[in-house]
Amino acid sequence: MIRPLFITLRLAVYSLLLHKLRTGLAVVGILIGIMAVIWLVAMGQGVSYQAQKQIEDLGARNIIVRSVKPSEQAEASSGHRSMVLEYGLLRDDFRRIVTNVPTGVIEQAVPIREMRKQLRRDQYAVEGRVVGCTPEYFSLNNLRMERGRFLQDRDGAPPENVCVLAATAAGELFPLENPIGKSIQIDRDFYVVVGQTAKRDPTAAIGGSLDSQDYNLDVYIPLKTQRWRIGDMVFTSRSGSREGEIVQLSQITLTVADKDQVYETAGIIRTLLEKYHPNQDFGVVVPQELLRQAKLIEMMFNLLLVIIAGISLVVGGIGIMNIMLATVTERTREIGIRRALGAKRRAIIQQFLAESVVLTGVGGLLGVGCGFLVGPAVRTVRDLALRLFPEMMSALPPVIMELQPRIAWWSIIASLAISISVGVIFGLYPAMRAAYMDPIEALRHE
Amino acid sequence: MKLALHVEKLRKDYVLKGETVHALRGVTFEVQTGEYIAIMGPSGSGKSTLLNLLGCLDRPTAGSYVLGGRNVAQLDDNQLSDVRAANIGFVFQSYNLIPQLTVVENIEVPLYYQGRLDAANRRRCRELARMVGLGDRLNHRPTELSGGQQQRVAIARSLANDPYFILADEPTGNLDTATSVEVLDLFQKLNARGKTIVLVTHENDVAARCKRVLRLRDGLVESDELNRRG
Repeated sequence: MIRPLFITLRLAVYSLLLHKLRTGLAVVGILIGIMAVIWLVAMGQGVSYQAQKQIEDLGARNIIVRSVKPSEQAEASSGHRSMVLEYGLLRDDFRRIVTNVPTGVIEQAVPIREMRKQLRRDQYAVEGRVVGCTPEYFSLNNLRMERGRFLQDRDGAPPENVCVLAATAAGELFPLENPIGKSIQIDRDFYVVVGQTAKRDPTAAIGGSLDSQDYNLDVYIPLKTQRWRIGDMVFTSRSGSREGEIVQLSQITLTVADKDQVYETAGIIRTLLEKYHPNQDFGVVVPQELLRQAKLIEMMFNLLLVIIAGISLVVGGIGIMNIMLATVTERTREIGIRRALGAKRRAIIQQFLAESVVLTGVGGLLGVGCGFLVGPAVRTVRDLALRLFPEMMSALPPVIMELQPRIAWWSIIASLAISISVGVIFGLYPAMRAAYMDPIEALRHE
Repeated sequence: MKLALHVEKLRKDYVLKGETVHALRGVTFEVQTGEYIAIMGPSGSGKSTLLNLLGCLDRPTAGSYVLGGRNVAQLDDNQLSDVRAANIGFVFQSYNLIPQLTVVENIEVPLYYQGRLDAANRRRCRELARMVGLGDRLNHRPTELSGGQQQRVAIARSLANDPYFILADEPTGNLDTATSVEVLDLFQKLNARGKTIVLVTHENDVAARCKRVLRLRDGLVESDELNRRG
């Protein structure tokens, strides 16, 4: 069984080697098509992987409710433009959510208030972010401790001045020192450091709903302490004038017990809050929904790529058919000889199909080989473009600048399957033509 | 003596540009195993048509063709392929070797299409190459051989499947006199070993070396006689 197959394939290779240039060009046609499939899919995967990973980090069972600053237009139309802007989620909103959503649905809920502040300690100072939160923040965000402990429940009972530093903040304020037990200063108050968290990956902006965030300059303090010591109002200097914002909570993150209840719960929260926030100064973000959208976009993107690659493969396939038709005409006499010596039509079809499949199969394998070069190729092109057109490149969005192509295993398998199918599909007609020649005529052919 | 082939009232009509041509109009003869017969005739005598029918490359309009005890006149394309692969050894005027194959591989082709290409048969093919004097060129390609050498490969190939008869179509037509003699000597040697040979030719001196000469004219057998020397 193996031997005839081997002989057929060897014969196909022999015959193809009779016309090396022609064979080479046909192989290159397929090679480019297959390489295009793998490259395009790898780039598409690279783009969507980043987004999906970040969305997944947010948690598929989570619902994020955020305060949204009303736009300037909404402000203007509302008639009064005061120096102090009050908007966003209220502590009452948190209570409403926790009490109104049926019990058991919400596994945990964390109210969060973030504010930009200067963190100081002796001569060291760093612009950081003060995050007022409850102990659940730790597990909800999958944080890890470098040393010490995270905030505890009793930390809030009578408001205590304790804090937990994130990695970079700790490094800036306590270079070469263990910060545990020492104090830092925020505004006029001092806080004792009880723990330090491990480094956390920053997230990029996702679809306009969430800003990109770097968590490593955070300092976590109990929400109650924050309210007591700092309050809700934050002043920022903007173009010479000082502006104030009163925000009670910047975010409420909830984890729902059952994945299937995420959408329903998000809906309940939205209706619940809309009553109290007619000016739409909040937003409900469902990571699962974002994930679904990202996957949908990825699927459509891949479909588009497959169509483009399919067109290039059809072009390659037509090249194969062209060459096989030329080969069949050229080898009419050989076909006659083989028929005279006892080859059945099926054997002739087999022979020419083997040739076209070897042609496309080799093209496919080489194409996959070149497909693996997508990483270096993208890097080289990017470096070259950076050197030649730096101002044009700086205008490109970071998604393109930081693109890391990821080769999808399925694209490799699909490519090989496609290249062999192209060989069969486009080789069949020439092979049939060869097989249905009249052997007498074929033998007489010069 | 055993019968190698037998044709009975073989007819073949062609339709050419709306006109029916009667190429064979009832040919009857038989060939015994071990015979060496020449089929002669001027062009238009039906010689080529008879050759195609004897070679199972075509089907007669009427009549029977019994090959090794089996009527093969009306078999279908696949069955005819099997008969050609197993029972007929072809030798052509222009050698008709396959250019991309080596000498041995060319000899192996009929066995390959029968699915009988095992180690023993491959060995036999190498022996056949040695027998026709090409033992030192086993892995050469046809383009590296002279015409006479190519025809000897073709003869070795015609023996590979151990056929009922060798069907040679003008086997010396492309060769010079000296080489023709070599090839005809080889045929004679094979016939002496019991091989049946049917040789189609228009050259009298080639026919003269056969044991029996069958002449065709206008689609009929004109004469069928034994050579005195044979």
